This record gives sequence, C-alpha cells and structure tokens, in this order.
Amino acid sequence: MALVDIRQRSGYLFLGVVLGHVLLISAQVNSRSGVPLLEAVTFGIFSEVQRTLSGGITGVRRVWGSYVGLRHVKAENEELKRQLADVQIAMQQQSALADRARGLEKLLELRDHLNLTTTGAQIIGAAASPDFRTLTIDKGTRDGLRPDMAVVAPEGVVGRIVVPSTRSAKVQLLIDRNAAAGVIVERTRAQGVVVGGGEDRLQMQYVSEASDVAVGDLVVTSGIDTIYPKGLVVGRVESVEKNGPAFKRIVVKPAVNFSQLEEVLVVLTPTPAKEASAGVSE
Amino acid sequence: MRAAGVILAVVAALALQTTLARFVVRGTVAIDLVLVVVVYVALTSGPATGLLSGAIAGLAQDALSTGPILGIAGLAKTIVGFLAGVIGTQFIVSQPLPRFVVFFGATIVHAVVFMGLYTVLDRIHFGSPTAGVVAQATANALVGVVAFQVVELLPGAVERRRAAKTRLRR
Repeated sequence: MALVDIRQRSGYLFLGVVLGHVLLISAQVNSRSGVPLLEAVTFGIFSEVQRTLSGGITGVRRVWGSYVGLRHVKAENEELKRQLADVQIAMQQQSALADRARGLEKLLELRDHLNLTTTGAQIIGAAASPDFRTLTIDKGTRDGLRPDMAVVAPEGVVGRIVVPSTRSAKVQLLIDRNAAAGVIVERTRAQGVVVGGGEDRLQMQYVSEASDVAVGDLVVTSGIDTIYPKGLVVGRVESVEKNGPAFKRIVVKPAVNFSQLEEVLVVLTPTPAKEASAGVSE
Repeated sequence: MRAAGVILAVVAALALQTTLARFVVRGTVAIDLVLVVVVYVALTSGPATGLLSGAIAGLAQDALSTGPILGIAGLAKTIVGFLAGVIGTQFIVSQPLPRFVVFFGATIVHAVVFMGLYTVLDRIHFGSPTAGVVAQATANALVGVVAFQVVELLPGAVERRRAAKTRLRR
C-alpha cells in the first residue's frame, strides 16, 4: 500500500532519488583516494556473469559456424559430403589451433623480449558503458594482479589494471578518456604524454614546438609514469600540427587493434621508477 | 513480478552491453542498451518505475565502469527515466516516429547531464562530442523503436498461429 502511495507521488520520489545521487556524488568529489568498495564488489560479482556469458557466446558461435559450414555441403554427394565435412572440420580445428599457437608464440616472444615477469590472460568482457573503454580479463588478485600493472599485447601497450577482483580484473585501455602514458619518439627521443580520447586515436601532448617529430615516427613508452616499462610500442605518429607557440598537436595511431584482442600479457614486475618511488616513500 | 521483469531487463542489457560491445563497437558510434531499456520501461510503466529503473541501471553502470565518480550515470538515467515516464503518461507515444523522438531526445538529455556533470566537476573533458552524441542518439532510437515493434508484434503472432492451428483441426 505504501509502495503504491510512493509510486503515485512520483515527483517526491524523483526528488528523493536525485538528492540521494547528489549526496553520493558529493561524497566522492571530496575524497579521491582508492577504489570505492561498492565498485570493487559489484565488479567482482558481475565479472562472473561476464565469464559465463562469454563462454555461452563462444559456444553459440561454434554451433552457428558448424551449422553454416554443413549447410553448404548438403548439395554435394553424401559420401563426399561426409568426407568433406570431416576434412573441413579438421582443417578448421587445425587452423584455429595454428592461429592460437601463433598468438601464443607472439606472446611468448614478447615475454622473452620484455625480460619481465608476466602472466597471460584471456579477455572475457568489455565496458558496461560506451563512454569508457575497458576490458575484463580472466586473471585476478589470486594470480598476483594488482592495480596499475601494465597490460601489453604483441603489437604494443594495451592499458593498465584498474580494478582487480579475485578471479578477474578490469583493464583500462590506453584509448580511454582517463588514460595516459609517458612516451618518447623513438627516432629523436622527444618526450611527451599520450592521452586517450575515448575514440580510436591517441593525442601526444606536451611536445615542444622545437622537437623533431614526423609522420610515421614510432612512439614508445618512456617508463617515467611508473606503470609501463620503458621501450614498449604505443603506436605511430599519424599527424603533426602546430598548436600555439609552445607545443605541437600530435595524433598517434595505436599499434594495438583494441577490438580484435583475445589474449594479453600482464606485467607483474614493478618498473624501476615504481621501485624507486616505493623506496623513497618507505 | 513486474519489478523482477524490469531488473531482469536491466541486467540483460548490462550483460549484452559488456559482452557484445567489444565485438560490435567501433569508433564513436556506441549504442547504450541500458539507456534504451530505461526509456522503454519508463514509457510503458510511468515515471516512478522509470526513474527507479534508471537509478538502479545507472548506478550499476557506474559501478562497472572506470568513471571516477559513482552516481553520475545513475543521476543522468534517473532524470531520463522520470522525464520519459512523464512524456509516456502525458502524450500518446504509440507510433514509431514519436517513439524515435523520445529515444533520441532521451539520449541527448542523458549526454548533456552525464558529460555536463563530469565537465563541471573537472574530472573528464569530452572535447567536441556533438557528432558522437547524435550518432549514439540515432542508434539508440532505432534500437528502441525496433524493440517496441518486436515486443508488440510477438504476442499477436503467437495468437494468430494458435488460431490458424485451431482452424486446421476443425
């Protein structure tokens, strides 16, 4: 009965809910420290839903792929069809295995090249809101993951861990609006900071107008942000324009195709800069 | 029973958004399925249910996103849910064109509140988001109108099929 009364007075309900939100937002604006508990708990629970759904969708995609493959074979001779189907399925399996092996080989090469302790992880979900660019991976705190650990792919930098739960973790992509990384232009060692814009390009900022930067230059991490190890590929310079008297406006095309990622490496070793800053704080 | 249905729809939209987003989202055109569900619920159930579903869905989206402030999407979707619910009770919104306008307008209002609050609080700067917002509003409106048509056509289709079977038996 009381619920019916409240629903009939939707104006009061609206004001109450809006007031609640305003209080909630105000409380957070005052304190900027750490990850909110609600966020961590909700993410931990929901990542299990994402894991289950990801498995389900993979199953449905496999079933659908097999159905389409078999439909085309139906018109052919029965015996040939059976043989062809067997061969096709075997080829698909081998091709998939080979693709996966190639991907893992690339990751392994990158792991050797990095000379850092890393752990491989599979992507199981994406962002809940289109306004933020994140991914969910299937490794969490029980695998040694912590906030601000770098996440990389064979092509280059992917992002950093922002919210780890026990069995999964949320990765903020480098193209997210809140993401940034310290970088240098490999050819001329010009320093700057790349920031995401929520789209598929990065902006390289704070590069002096006097610096030598050209289209096509490779941009790599500088290591000064204490998150990404030095020398990892970020992308290539796509355009360079004048931006006022002091700085250049530089657009960088990321080396990683974020919509085609399936596996990534999480760098477990802290960067030298991070170790140094931890030593100073102690 | 209805509340359970609304919560289920919101959870399904969140799950679809998080699972399918990485396969279908490219560039700046990104559908906000959760917003579509909130507006749908508001239009069919009124302002109270609309604002409550908006608050729950928005808070869930906030908690699952990397946004620095919890409650911004919650507030934006509460306002959108309430306004869409009021429009649904005050006007006849039963044709595709008015529905398209409501979904389109709701996305614009959502973007203004969401981006406006982040900009006012100096946490995120969105640059010039007009093209992206208009593209998202169009995509949301198309999905919303199609969802309405599908939901309205489905029960009729089942009944028609049953009637046809009964006629055949006679």
